[in-house]
Order: sequence, then C-alpha cells, then structure tokens
Amino acid sequence: MISQQVLGMNGDEAVAYAVKQCNVDVVAAYPITPQTIIVEKFSEYVANREVHTEFVPVESEHSALSACVGASATGARVFTSTAANGLALMHEIVYIAASLRLPIVMAVVNRALSGPINIHCDHSDSMAERDSSWIQIYTEDAQEAYDSVIQAFKIAENHEVLLPVMVTLDGFFISHTLQNVSVLPDKEVLSFIGERRVVPEIDVGGKKFKLKLDPVQPLTFGPLDLYDYYFEHKRQQVEAMKKAPKVIEKVSREYASLSGRSYGNGLVEPYKLEDAEVAVVCLGSTSGTAKYVVDDLRKRGLNVGCLRVRTFRPFPAADIKRNLTGKEVVGVLDRSISFGGLGGPVFTEIEALFSDETEKPKIINYVYGLGGRDMSPQLIEKVFMELNELKGKPLPKDTLRFSGLRE
Amino acid sequence: MKKGWREIPIAGMPWVPATEYKTGSWRSFKPVIDHGKCVKCLICWVYCPEGSVKWDGNKVSIDYEYCKGCGICAEECPVKAIEMLKEE
Repeated sequence: MISQQVLGMNGDEAVAYAVKQCNVDVVAAYPITPQTIIVEKFSEYVANREVHTEFVPVESEHSALSACVGASATGARVFTSTAANGLALMHEIVYIAASLRLPIVMAVVNRALSGPINIHCDHSDSMAERDSSWIQIYTEDAQEAYDSVIQAFKIAENHEVLLPVMVTLDGFFISHTLQNVSVLPDKEVLSFIGERRVVPEIDVGGKKFKLKLDPVQPLTFGPLDLYDYYFEHKRQQVEAMKKAPKVIEKVSREYASLSGRSYGNGLVEPYKLEDAEVAVVCLGSTSGTAKYVVDDLRKRGLNVGCLRVRTFRPFPAADIKRNLTGKEVVGVLDRSISFGGLGGPVFTEIEALFSDETEKPKIINYVYGLGGRDMSPQLIEKVFMELNELKGKPLPKDTLRFSGLRE
Repeated sequence: MKKGWREIPIAGMPWVPATEYKTGSWRSFKPVIDHGKCVKCLICWVYCPEGSVKWDGNKVSIDYEYCKGCGICAEECPVKAIEMLKEE
C-alpha cells in the first residue's frame, strides 16, 4: 500500500479529481443539479491546463452523450456526468453507447426524476437505465465515488467487457457532503488504468482492424442492422455482461492492493451478515446508515446484518443468493419504485432469485427516501424491528411497505 | 447461411470494411468539375460529407467510386465550377 494524500472534498469534487487523474481525452457534459460541481470543477482543471482534456460544453445532455459516443469511437478515453432528467434526455444515446461497445464512464449523481420537480436524491434516474447494457456501480460515500471512477475506466476498457460504466453517487448525501478523501498519486492512477485507452483488434472481412474510427482503416459505425443481425449483436452484449463480474472482482482486488481500500468483492459488500437472522439489502449512501444501525442493534442483542449491492448491473445473483441464504427475514430497501410492478427494482430481482427455492427468506420490500426524504437511523431501526417481529411467523400479505411516508 | 453471434464482429460492425462499399452506384446525378472555372478554394473538399472530393495539392477531383451524388459540392461552389449531370 502506498502513502496517500488526504483532501477535503465532497462527492462531486472527488469524482472530478479522479477524472483529472485518469488522463481523459474528452469530456462532454452539461450541468444539472446535483452533478454541476463535477462539470464546474473539471472545467477549472481544463482552464488551468492541469489536464490535456478537450472539454466540449454542449447544449444538452443528449448532445453530451452523443459527443462522447463520437469521441469514444475514435479510441479516446471519455467521461461525462449527469443526473435525473439529464440522464432521461440521454436515454436514446445511453443504449447506442452500449451497443457500439464504447467504454465511456459516466458519473450519475442520483436525483429524483420529475415530476413533480425535485432536485433531491432517489434512484429513479439510474434505475430507469438498468436494462441499457451499462455496468452500474452504486457508491456509498465520496471516497468510494473517487475509487470507483478510477476502477470504472479499467473495467470498461477491458477487452472482455467493452461496456460503458455508470458510477452513481447519491445526490446531496454524497455529492455535496464534505469528506476526507484519500487520493492516490497521479502516476499510480495512470499505471493502474494505463496511460491511454487500448482499443481491441477485431476481424473484419478476414483482416485485423482496430475497433475505432480512423481514416487510415475506415470502418462503419452504427449501420442499419434490422432483423438480420440485431438479435446477434444483443446476444454479444449479454455475453459481455456475463464476463464483467470476474473483471470487476479482479479490478477490485488489484485496487485494494494498491490503495488499501475495497468494497466487499466489488460486487456486494456484506456487513455482519454471517450469523445474522435478519438482514437488510440496500444500495448507496443508505448502507452507511444501515451499518451504524446494525452496530447499535447488535449491542442491544439483535442478530442483524446488512448486504450492500455495489454493482447492480451486472446483477450479482450468485453473491446475493449466497449471502442471503439461511437468513430468516430480509428487508430489501429500494430508493425507487416500479409503478404498477411488484415493488422496487432491487426487490423484484432478489425475490426472483429465490423463486425456485423451498427454503427461502421471508422477503419484504421497503420503498424509502423518494425525492430525497431522509432515511434516518430511527427509520432503519424501525425497519429492522418490523422484520424482527416476523421471525417464526408466516410471510405477511403486505410485502410492499413504505418507510418514512406520512399516512 | 447467415452467421451466428460468435462469428460476427462486436459493436454492430459489418464484417466488410467501409472501403468495400462502393457507394458510387447510388448516384443518379454526377458532379463534374470545370477546371477552367475552379479557383481551388477547396470549399467542396470541406463540405463533401463522404470525403469523395480529392485534392492532390494541385487539382481537385471527384472519387466516383464513393461519391453518392448528393450535390452539396455543386451547391456550395462559389464560382459554380461544378455541374450535376444526369447519370446515363
């Protein structure tokens, strides 16, 4: 482990600092609360010539990601960031970036989708993109946001993967909260991810081509596919997602030996789960509070634990199942909801994981924190107490509950 | 037999390089340069969306293997040195 400088930064600043260290060629971004600080801070680095990055101040998020797609197709290392309605405006290009297998890294500062209009945190924005073939990493604090951006480039650019990566951080809770963040020396970051992005070679017409836009070896990016080959190209994306977990775990291990920091195995982070009878599953900053409550309740004699899902896409099914098997009651905390569905997106997938098991935990869904509603230690304690009540009892009918909602 | 998903390049890339598509066959009108009028300003070279206007340092020419006949060069030429003629 190498010695590191400690800087006082909020989550957005930590992301901008990480991007500054990653030798990014192009950043095209549009400001939107609560992500604005990333763009502001990074454009300062550009103005001060601390980076060689071409900064493209575009007129919308749709243009931002479109510019990123073009830049990334030339083989450049590319970053952008957005939030909420900005991400929704990018939606069309989110799918295109992934299908062109462009390893763009995007910080998504989680904010509730309008309407009614709201600038505060929930996961409705990034959850709406969960089927887009982007890897999604949900971070717990500013330190992890910094670490994850660096890891994201290494994951995305891996030739087995070649998928774009979203690193999410909870709006205001992480983005605007000052924290001591340990930062690696610049040269260590570059030797970790590589100075430049290396594009793969692909076989086109029996000849080797670098997978990039280059007048010397012209290739066609984004041609019409139709029913002839679209399906086969989607199947390739499925395969890339299948290969991603091993790469994420490997990058996580390598980063841990460099920095001394790790977040579970990179996919999930169990906390005091081994002997727990009752567990909650959560994403993002809420897990910090949940761990605090777990410690508190354990002092009071309750066998509780917490599982944080760090990588939501690809969904770490085996890791989640292994960690939750044998638990009597599990509460899945969702900071978004699928209207008209069974509950939140995390819940429905975890519920599906156990569908063919006879011995399975009683799984309750708690939708919480929509529009930035605070998830206090008291509310999480209440969740644990309700779950604890279910021990030895049958699964109740009301498996979809709302935590912190006024009746 | 069409190829399976393991046999084709990733990223929606055709397995034939772009140079193999001779898009010149799409053309119904053909740009013809009057070199007597041409002032070598290279505006046509800048505007051509296909990179089909060639400049060898001395003379402008059209690469008819790829020129789709869109007519942008003729429209933009400030001295009207390019005429679009119907293909036979």
